[in-house]
Amino acid sequence: MTQDEGTSSKPEAKWRSWRKRRRTVLITGIAGRMGQALARLLHRKVKVIGLDRRPCDALPKDVECYQLDVRRRKAEDVFRRHTIDALIHLNIMYNPRRSAREHQEFNFLGTRKTLDLCHAHGVGKVVMLSSANVYGAAPTNDQFLTEEAPLMGGADAGTNWVRHLIAIDMYCSSFFWRHPEIETVILRPVHILGEVGSVASNYLRLPYSPTVLGYDPMVQVVHRDDVLSAIELALKPGIRGVYNLAGPGAVPLSRLLQLAGKRTVPVPEPLLRGLQGVLWRTKHAFPTQQIDHIKYVCMVDDSRARTHMRYAPRHDLEATLTAATQL
Amino acid sequence: MDTHDPDRPRGRALLNKLLRDRGELESDWTAAMRAFSQMIVEENLLDDELTERLRQLQEVQEIDGFDPFGFEPEFLKWVLPVGAWVYRKYFRVEAFGLEKLPEGSVLLIANHSGQVPIDGMMIVSSCLLDADPPRMVRSMIERWVPTLPFVSWFFARCGQILGTRENFRLLNSRGATILVFPEGVRGINKTYDKAYQLQRFGLGFMRLALENNLPIVPVAVIGAEEQAPAFFNAGRIARLIGAPAFPITPTFPLLGPLGALPLPVRYRIYYGDPMTFSGDPDDEDRVISEKVDEVRDALQGLIHHGLEQRKTFWDIFT
Repeated sequence: MTQDEGTSSKPEAKWRSWRKRRRTVLITGIAGRMGQALARLLHRKVKVIGLDRRPCDALPKDVECYQLDVRRRKAEDVFRRHTIDALIHLNIMYNPRRSAREHQEFNFLGTRKTLDLCHAHGVGKVVMLSSANVYGAAPTNDQFLTEEAPLMGGADAGTNWVRHLIAIDMYCSSFFWRHPEIETVILRPVHILGEVGSVASNYLRLPYSPTVLGYDPMVQVVHRDDVLSAIELALKPGIRGVYNLAGPGAVPLSRLLQLAGKRTVPVPEPLLRGLQGVLWRTKHAFPTQQIDHIKYVCMVDDSRARTHMRYAPRHDLEATLTAATQL
Repeated sequence: MDTHDPDRPRGRALLNKLLRDRGELESDWTAAMRAFSQMIVEENLLDDELTERLRQLQEVQEIDGFDPFGFEPEFLKWVLPVGAWVYRKYFRVEAFGLEKLPEGSVLLIANHSGQVPIDGMMIVSSCLLDADPPRMVRSMIERWVPTLPFVSWFFARCGQILGTRENFRLLNSRGATILVFPEGVRGINKTYDKAYQLQRFGLGFMRLALENNLPIVPVAVIGAEEQAPAFFNAGRIARLIGAPAFPITPTFPLLGPLGALPLPVRYRIYYGDPMTFSGDPDDEDRVISEKVDEVRDALQGLIHHGLEQRKTFWDIFT
């Protein structure tokens, strides 16, 4: 791919033919808000194919979309029909109202099947969107966790939701080592804000923001579009490995909520944990397992992404917060 | 500011007015705290000298808002008046040898004592109030402190950080005066029969100092042992309530929560000569502990020197 133009005519012709053919990118989980936005970002630059078990309507016309579950045999037809250059794996369900078994089956088996297909059909690049939540919020965390930090997000009871993600993250890491010919990229962004259904965005959309009385951790947030731009950067040849993605800067949670114009309701922790169950059933709160994230620090050091990928978040804190509350 | 204007609201009325002026966030408790700090400033509780020191400090630190660890220089505006009162009036602290502190990054190694970590607070205050130019000391705190409500928040805003290696490296790269108590809980919760005897030192600080070429300054705190002399440490009760220790002192728990107040002893803080070490930070524990012992001996010598200055029993208090 990196041939000089001055060499013999034959490689040059090959290079040309490669240039002529538009690169094809397969996005799994394209019907989600993240997937839709990514398709809109990429569809003029590369050929975008989508795969999702949900109906995908609101996509650009030139995006070819297959509505089927990746675990079914038919999914292989997508790989047979197209020469896929890169896969962007967004097909990770997180819906705390669904059962843990369903999560595990859909997320883990789906990822496994997808990666097997990538290997079988010679896909050269796999980009997987994980989350900084895999490190977990804990009182003993370093202020900024590097990519080498242990994935302790599932250490506490009741953190099933992140255990799936850790399993997938680690499966992708092992895929990275098993198949050195495939460039595998794992992105671990901090809390994504914007037109997405992330827990952090939902938290900011609550009419009142519950906080834990007496705790005010430093937090990082990142704009959805900055994550999308990082995914685009990860598609470049030569980029491989695990990258943390942080946003504009770290601020205390109280300051963040103040900037977002939220009224905070500090609740003593036992009361908050007790009330959560009730509020959750009446759809007025965020899941209990996330309380650690408004108590303890879980921030990442993204200097590797900034130097290797030239990742640079364009949105400042205010823009990021506005994006979260607009929806 | 004219403080004798009869129409000017004072005290609670002023606080309410400031909260009203702040508008939509008045129910927010952090806003209330901010209004309280403003009241301190408006009531002239923060005198000119403290204001000047804070301003100088902010120039040195070149931070606006929050640093990555959650330190907020603005927050000192309401802590410092209280800190200065405790430092000057309650404990009447005398600090010696502050001029020996080298420029730039430095690692302060101090003895830990007194059941409540007031010694750390006094070292921080001495560098803020008596050093020229004022320095902000960042101390490395115990791993369980972030689990405490309010305390975790308060410590973070005052610039105190969790003691992990990565945090130390990041802090050092920003150029800081870092305070470490290598004895940790072993030192602070010892009973009075072991007063001024240094307990076992951790080795981590020496590895980090070697790695970062940091000069080490031993700091001896005299007086903290007498603020709450413990006869006995009730380990069972401590385990029951999930605390690291439960000291029994002449006043606590006899006088209830009031008995937990430290006695108004006089603190004396002695800063030693800077020590520099060289070597492999990943060397065997045996080699590292030899270097640690050098620091420990220097600190013990400094403590003896300090204790010799106290001739009579009453020197503890006066």
